[in-house]
Amino acid sequence: MSANASTPVAQTMTTSTGATRQSAADQARLAAKVATFSSQDRWFERVTFLFAALVLLAMVGILASLLKEAAPALSKFGLGGFLTGTTWSPSDDVYGAVIAIFGTLITSAIAMLFAVPISFGIAIFLTETCPAVLRRPLGTAIELLAGVPSIIYGIWGLFVLAPLLQQYVQPLLIKTGLPIFAGPPLGIGIFTAGIVLALMVIPFTASVMRDVFETVPAVLKESAYGIGCTTWEVMKNVVLPYTRVGVIGGIMLGLGRALGETMAVTFVIGNANRLSPSLFAPGNSIASTLANEFAEADPALHVPSLFALGLILFFITVVVLMAAKWLTARGTRKAGI
Amino acid sequence: MKFAKRILFASALALGSLSAVQAQDITGAGATFPAPVYAKWAEAYKAATGAQLNYQAIGSGGGIKQIVAKTVDFGASDDPLSGEDLTKNGLLQFPAVIGGVVAVFNVPGIGANQMVLNGAVLGEIYRGSIKTWNDPALAKLNPSLKLPDSAITLIYRSDSSGTTAVFTDYLAQTNPAFKASPGAGKTVNWPAGVGGRGNAGVAANVTKIAGAIGYVEYAYAKQNKMSYAAMLNRDGKRVEADDLTFAAAADKADWNSEPGFGISLNNQAGEKAWPITSASFILMHKAAADPKRSAEALKFFKWSLANGGKLAVDLDYVPMPANVVKQIENSWKDIKDASGKAVLN
Amino acid sequence: MSALPQTPFNTGLYKRRKITNVIGLALSFVSVTIGLLGLAWILWTLAVNGLSALNMDFFTKSTPAPGSAGGGMANAIVGSLMIVGFATLISTPIGILAGIYLSEFGKTSKFAQATRFVVDIMLSAPSIVVGLFVFALAVATVKHFSGWAGSLALSLIAIPVVVRTTENMLALVPGSLREAAFALGAPRWKVSLAVTLRAVKGGVVTGVLLAVARMIGETAPLLFTALNNQFFSTDMSRPMANLPVVIYNFAMSPYEDWQKLAWGGAALIALIVLTINILARVLFRSKLQA
Repeated sequence: MSANASTPVAQTMTTSTGATRQSAADQARLAAKVATFSSQDRWFERVTFLFAALVLLAMVGILASLLKEAAPALSKFGLGGFLTGTTWSPSDDVYGAVIAIFGTLITSAIAMLFAVPISFGIAIFLTETCPAVLRRPLGTAIELLAGVPSIIYGIWGLFVLAPLLQQYVQPLLIKTGLPIFAGPPLGIGIFTAGIVLALMVIPFTASVMRDVFETVPAVLKESAYGIGCTTWEVMKNVVLPYTRVGVIGGIMLGLGRALGETMAVTFVIGNANRLSPSLFAPGNSIASTLANEFAEADPALHVPSLFALGLILFFITVVVLMAAKWLTARGTRKAGI
Repeated sequence: MKFAKRILFASALALGSLSAVQAQDITGAGATFPAPVYAKWAEAYKAATGAQLNYQAIGSGGGIKQIVAKTVDFGASDDPLSGEDLTKNGLLQFPAVIGGVVAVFNVPGIGANQMVLNGAVLGEIYRGSIKTWNDPALAKLNPSLKLPDSAITLIYRSDSSGTTAVFTDYLAQTNPAFKASPGAGKTVNWPAGVGGRGNAGVAANVTKIAGAIGYVEYAYAKQNKMSYAAMLNRDGKRVEADDLTFAAAADKADWNSEPGFGISLNNQAGEKAWPITSASFILMHKAAADPKRSAEALKFFKWSLANGGKLAVDLDYVPMPANVVKQIENSWKDIKDASGKAVLN
Repeated sequence: MSALPQTPFNTGLYKRRKITNVIGLALSFVSVTIGLLGLAWILWTLAVNGLSALNMDFFTKSTPAPGSAGGGMANAIVGSLMIVGFATLISTPIGILAGIYLSEFGKTSKFAQATRFVVDIMLSAPSIVVGLFVFALAVATVKHFSGWAGSLALSLIAIPVVVRTTENMLALVPGSLREAAFALGAPRWKVSLAVTLRAVKGGVVTGVLLAVARMIGETAPLLFTALNNQFFSTDMSRPMANLPVVIYNFAMSPYEDWQKLAWGGAALIALIVLTINILARVLFRSKLQA
């Protein structure tokens, strides 16, 4: 098939009745038509190229504008200084990213701590133990839930989960006396934000894991069952090793989402620019700092520092996503046996 | 394909025609302190004249920022700008309403005006040195009150706030240790606690967290039926928050002693004076970028200053006294269009 | 047949393996219960608190002043419809044409690979970062918030979805279809649009629907682009009310009326998103079967 030029219009060649010649006028018309098509196609390619380039440009634009706007803060504090600064104080116009980065990482860690085992369990259930009639509807339900916007999780976390945690769960855990569970029961805080995030990430990771588990060739599983393995042993010794890379990729995709999540976290994280060893303390993540402070940022270095935080978040999520992509690509490449 | 094209075209046309309708509106942004009364005024003004005010309560810091950036027709701030800042930015400042700040709290069994506080103790609480409700300092002020042995959770403003400025200014005046640290300002470094956005956010947090204490404009405490404290004022008298005690604080104020009427009404002398009182200010550019919009904004305030008194008192704000209103309206002559003519005649 | 050596049956080991299996499966069942229960609880709370708020007033009256009873979310609903509507109008052609380029022309070129990579990143990038970019581009430059900035931010989020779906769909078209069209003498652009694209029309529409569902729920990018407007306004060049930001503000407030409206708004969004997702599946499945 020709790469770019259009194939010529079918010509009226010799018909079965014999002599049909191309008159000069016919040939000229044909040539004109071919030329029109060629130029139309060139334009078409140019236009579609333009739009594809627009997408690329948008990404470049995002990166460039983040860098440009963050520059004053980064030059004042230095990249290292900003990354290790533990003070975030609009009143003193001094900013450091540690509090926000810490909040982001901890809430995501709590989220993954709860979400990964639960997603595993769901994926195992859906692929192995679930009765066939329930398999499709449950799977669809999980996928639909993955599309529920995060503001829903946030509002539920604020009005339902936080009071529950405050009244029942937190007092119990505080009694244990562990420093990570210290402080008055507020209901809101880093722990609550982590739980809400976990609920948000579960449908997503569960679907990805289920998809990955389903790529295991039936013959592998059947042969394991055939020699008398229990379901659990098949999962542990056949399915998991086979899909290990894909599963890790799926987990990292979930992690990427958790890291960048704004609304689910902002409602319940408590909005405090302070570091604390206790999980029950209020804190701030990068996204919640941006959501809370951007519209009202006043002193000179506040907005650039917020942009610098955005840049850091962008960088963190890109790294995690790239790692996830690389891992899932490796996973699918190994799929052929 | 043809059908889809038709649908696309029709919807684009519909959306386009919708968006072409230009709304006749005044935009303002800033303090949450006066937001309840501005909202009532805007409702009434719309019913009376049809023009609508779009007021974004994003905090005094945000209001100052927006008006300096000229993204709104007026900015609102409870923390008045200094004469220097006003000249630097070419802004005109005038007060629109007076209100009071109260300490709200969430202690089961203790209702409104049952607890008494003073500046020194409130300052210690907000410095983090008083950590529990049954602290001796609190018990001393409230001997007949049963105070629980639970932790005090501080709720403060996470955004740049005029209410914080008013509150911390009062604490700094009455508590030297507070003045040293955290000190006064629109944002300060609080030692502990949870941040809320706007007066509403602080009120919401106090309602949700048992043992919490916060500072809000009185209308928020009243509207949400919260528990708040009575205060001991400068004269040592116990006063409760309402428009009368706020008015008593503003009674002897010399509005012309600061540029742009930017005086503080905190800690005023007077038996009935509420100690944490403030006017809330409006900022507009003297050189009107859009004279028509500036005129509309001024018309709104002219109407509200004249007719909004009852609505203000209903929410326990204090309308500006008549003689001050005259001075305010006089100052509007400084808002001029490109040709040097005052936008409001 | 000679007798095979008999290994003694290790009942102990067998029992242990059985028990491990039962425990493992029980744990997995428990996690399903926890996960699904948690999610069901969320939807249940949403239904209980939110659906009761969806009355006529909700759809016809604008957001009330703080502490005032009554009112609705009409301005926010209309605002969201307009912002998302325009964002769809912007992102659909860009996404489809970019997808066509990647699938038909670019194929494996360096440029196409770079673009695909960028699309991947933008698909999962935090939406608040997109909001920052559009703020710097479209708000700070003209010095006011606007519905247009909001639409721009949302379209940046939707475009990758449409590009990805279009490209994947176009890849499914068999080469024979294209070649048949070429053999009949059609120019390249006509083959792309009238033959190939048309063949996967359903899938592309599904992609657009999914992009719309995604845009409806996005809050972060609108926080500092479209801001908010407490009155009914259809002026896209000024701040515009929209469901997610209004829900956010109302939910964080102390006023019970506002909180009720916030629940109603959240229920409405959830309903719309779920409906679109279900619709997209049904459409897609029917197209596949057809």
